[in-house]
Amino acid sequence: MAVRGTSVLTRIAQAIPVLFGVIVISFVLTRALPGDPAVQFAGIMATPETIEETRAKLGLDKPLPEQFMVYLGQLFQGDLGQSVSTGRPVLTELASRLPASLELTLSALLLSCLVAVPLGVLAATRPGSWIDQICRLLVTMGVSLPTFFTGVMLIYIFYYLLGVSPSPLGRLDFIYLDPPHVTGFFLIDAALDGDWETWFGALKQLILPAVTLALFTLAPIARMTRAAMLSALSSDYIRTARAAGLGSGRILYGYAFRNALLPVVTTLGMVFSFVLGANVLVEKVFAWPGIGSYAVEALIVSDYAAVQGFVLAMAFLFVFLNLVIDLAYSLIDPRFGTSGK
Amino acid sequence: MNKIVSSASDAASVQVATANGPVTPAKSKSGAFAHLIYVLRENPVTGIAFAMFGILIFAAIFGPMIVPYDPLATDASSVLQPPSFAHWFGTDNLGRDVFSRVVVATRLDLVISVAAVALSFVIGSFLGAVAGYRGGWTDITLNRVLDTIMAFPLFVLAMGVVAALGNSVANIIYATAIINIPFYARLVRAEVNIRRNAGFTLAAKLSGNSDARILAFHIFPNALPPMMVQVSLNLGWAILNAAGLSFIGLGVRPPTPEWGIMVAEGANFIVSGEWWLALFPGLSLMIAVLTFNLMGDGLRDIVDPRRRT
Repeated sequence: MAVRGTSVLTRIAQAIPVLFGVIVISFVLTRALPGDPAVQFAGIMATPETIEETRAKLGLDKPLPEQFMVYLGQLFQGDLGQSVSTGRPVLTELASRLPASLELTLSALLLSCLVAVPLGVLAATRPGSWIDQICRLLVTMGVSLPTFFTGVMLIYIFYYLLGVSPSPLGRLDFIYLDPPHVTGFFLIDAALDGDWETWFGALKQLILPAVTLALFTLAPIARMTRAAMLSALSSDYIRTARAAGLGSGRILYGYAFRNALLPVVTTLGMVFSFVLGANVLVEKVFAWPGIGSYAVEALIVSDYAAVQGFVLAMAFLFVFLNLVIDLAYSLIDPRFGTSGK
Repeated sequence: MNKIVSSASDAASVQVATANGPVTPAKSKSGAFAHLIYVLRENPVTGIAFAMFGILIFAAIFGPMIVPYDPLATDASSVLQPPSFAHWFGTDNLGRDVFSRVVVATRLDLVISVAAVALSFVIGSFLGAVAGYRGGWTDITLNRVLDTIMAFPLFVLAMGVVAALGNSVANIIYATAIINIPFYARLVRAEVNIRRNAGFTLAAKLSGNSDARILAFHIFPNALPPMMVQVSLNLGWAILNAAGLSFIGLGVRPPTPEWGIMVAEGANFIVSGEWWLALFPGLSLMIAVLTFNLMGDGLRDIVDPRRRT
């Protein structure tokens, strides 16, 4: 147990230089954004003197290394700066919009796992069958689908042609009131409130963007599940288990699937990175009020604090998730972690 | 495939040998050809992918010459026309012919992705080769830097880079190249690292070749076959990435015909039922990406039969 504790600590320690690098890159990137933030902050009526004043107030007259130290200090206090376009602190903006993005991302991942993992398992157990062919087709088509295009086409089919889904504008139709804020996830909040009408309203809005994202993530998960199951099923311990006369269900789920899970979870981490990127596009298509659409708006007006906050938040989220996945390995596979790195 | 490559100093023969299999070039030609036929017969989809690639290249080179209309010419008398004989893919809100725009856009999209992939291929190969060959601190530093790049959701990083460098097509290429570098660098590093102390390397060293020469002509060509697979898969991804960036309004500016921006413009009309504006550019984008992915899978079958999935 002590060995595992140390390996967990090592893994966390390994994340620190990466996080520092992320901070440096996002700092450099946003300082290179076109436009002078001092001019923006000073407002339209600014004179050269007030612009200089704002520059000094923002600390932009200091050399870059010093600005970076100041920035680091602010970051440790949880201060991501002020957004120029809205005038609110970036942290509160991001915090208020993050649940919308997470709700979308997580439901999409859940949906695609529910479809892709069984599909991959079925395809691996019956190689060459029609389900294997479907799996292959889906995998090849899935990686080639531009998310924004899928989204637009789904809107056309389900909103314009069939009329079954609500207008693709935001998280909730204007006829409903937002559920009381508990977690920020509308589905959970509405359920906690016992307001099922709002719950269904939120679900209806969520389905199309979630399906769009899920279609995009289906391919890598199904492909990896199939490959991992195939290699697990052809291994010696499965042959031994068969020879020992274990039931096929036991072999498939108790032995093969458990061993195939590790590469699948690794892929999930990679897929999460894709989803965070694709989120930006899907949020734009569906006017979803998440951090992705916030970042797109901020980019257009060169709102550097907001862009920086967004890039940082995304990278931190991703590093954190990879950490969780690495730690989950040792739960899934006891051989992992204790064998020493 | 064959990991043992003769230390023949002729780089070209080394490349031929690694790409084709058997060491003797004369014999390998027919062997590789037979293998190619075998792979194509086993998986006719690969053949189709290569044919589609040919069509894409054709459209990119000759597209602007063969299209029936000027892709930028507006025509107020035929606005938002559905597909017809005169306008195969219909017309957009300014009366521009969607078919002409889709065909002409092929060149820009291909140029962006090919340029980006070529850049990341060159830079990634160089970094990976040096790190894999020298090892030690160079290797550790490079790995940390790559880790940091990979710590960003890559599309988000590309957004940030384009925003920082400025809104232009060249910067889309740089951004796409930057996010692809880690894949090449890692691949080359691994391939170079396992051959650093191989027999043929030591032999080349003993015969007095310089480190740079050994790396460039003896070790690096071994990494080329897996790199080709990566290039093909990456091209599809680069197109998606570039189109995604222009979809959110970065890089390519309207009225330039480009698939991503055309889908973005078409998205405004989809809720009122004008489906052809977004469908055709989106479909072309999808077909292009599909072509590169299928080609990548096919190349993988040819290059490394063990990794078939």
